[in-house]
Amino acid sequence: MDRRLLIFLGVGLVVALIVAGVVSGFASGEPDGLERVAIDKGFEEAAADHSLGDFPLADYAMRGVENERVSTALAGIIGVAITLAVSGVLFYGIHLYGKARHRKEAA
Amino acid sequence: MHIPDGFISIPTSAGFGAAAAGGVWYSIRRAARLLDDRRVPLAGLVAAFVFAAQMVNFPVVSGTSGHLIGGVLAAVLVGPWLGALVLTVVLVVQGVFFADGGLTALGLNVFNMAVVGTLGGYLVYRALLAVLPKTRPATVAAAGVAAGISVVLASLGFVLQYAIGGEGGASVATVAAAMGGVHALIGIGEGLITALVVGAVLGARPDLVATAPKTEVAVHG
Repeated sequence: MDRRLLIFLGVGLVVALIVAGVVSGFASGEPDGLERVAIDKGFEEAAADHSLGDFPLADYAMRGVENERVSTALAGIIGVAITLAVSGVLFYGIHLYGKARHRKEAA
Repeated sequence: MHIPDGFISIPTSAGFGAAAAGGVWYSIRRAARLLDDRRVPLAGLVAAFVFAAQMVNFPVVSGTSGHLIGGVLAAVLVGPWLGALVLTVVLVVQGVFFADGGLTALGLNVFNMAVVGTLGGYLVYRALLAVLPKTRPATVAAAGVAAGISVVLASLGFVLQYAIGGEGGASVATVAAAMGGVHALIGIGEGLITALVVGAVLGARPDLVATAPKTEVAVHG
């Protein structure tokens, strides 16, 4: 991989971490568009609790961390890491699958 | 726009889950031909950025917020098929680790945001590119406008799902009007953020934007 691409990826990752770890602390806590419609049109009661709602990162808050800013920041940074890991495995896997198919077609 | 469990009946959710799985499988087949050693890390970075940006709810009208979906952004940067997979990864991570979007609603959410929002929004982007001059500002504008429209398209995906299997007894017509209206406003934010990011990447590394048209270089002298 060329050096310029590595620099681009590095800068991009820093931006993503700043957005997830810092900017996210200033996010509006108001209901989003769908929640607002559900409240206004009277079907928000139909929502069930999330089946993994006890997970330590549920609702973008790191369980056990009192400070809300820090809790959100940690959840965001861990989320970026999880997303990178999952996409790395998936996209590299698809890349290998594509190469294998290509080889089979060429043979 | 992440649907929790309970809003849409299980059979309807299963049906849209199957449709979403079909879209994801087709995207994998198409993306497999494009992925190389450069695009694997790029797609990962775009997924990480979309996850991060989705955390930032911005206020739209009093008592209501919205956040980036990022489907058109991802499609413009890494192409529509990888873009749809980027959104799918983000939605799975959010649903499993962050209790954002119900698990039985995962197929509904992938259908709305990864399939309708990303691929549908990308079609709008291509249509705009076809009629606009091949310049960088026009590409940025096309991405922004298509991104805004994609939010409304995704919200209409929910309206369709609610019409087929909605719980809670609200009338479909009022849900449609309310969803379309609030998401048109959220779409403005989506469009601005998408234009900003696409403009920044085009400025820094235009060669990394998979779908940008070759811009005409003005030759002086």
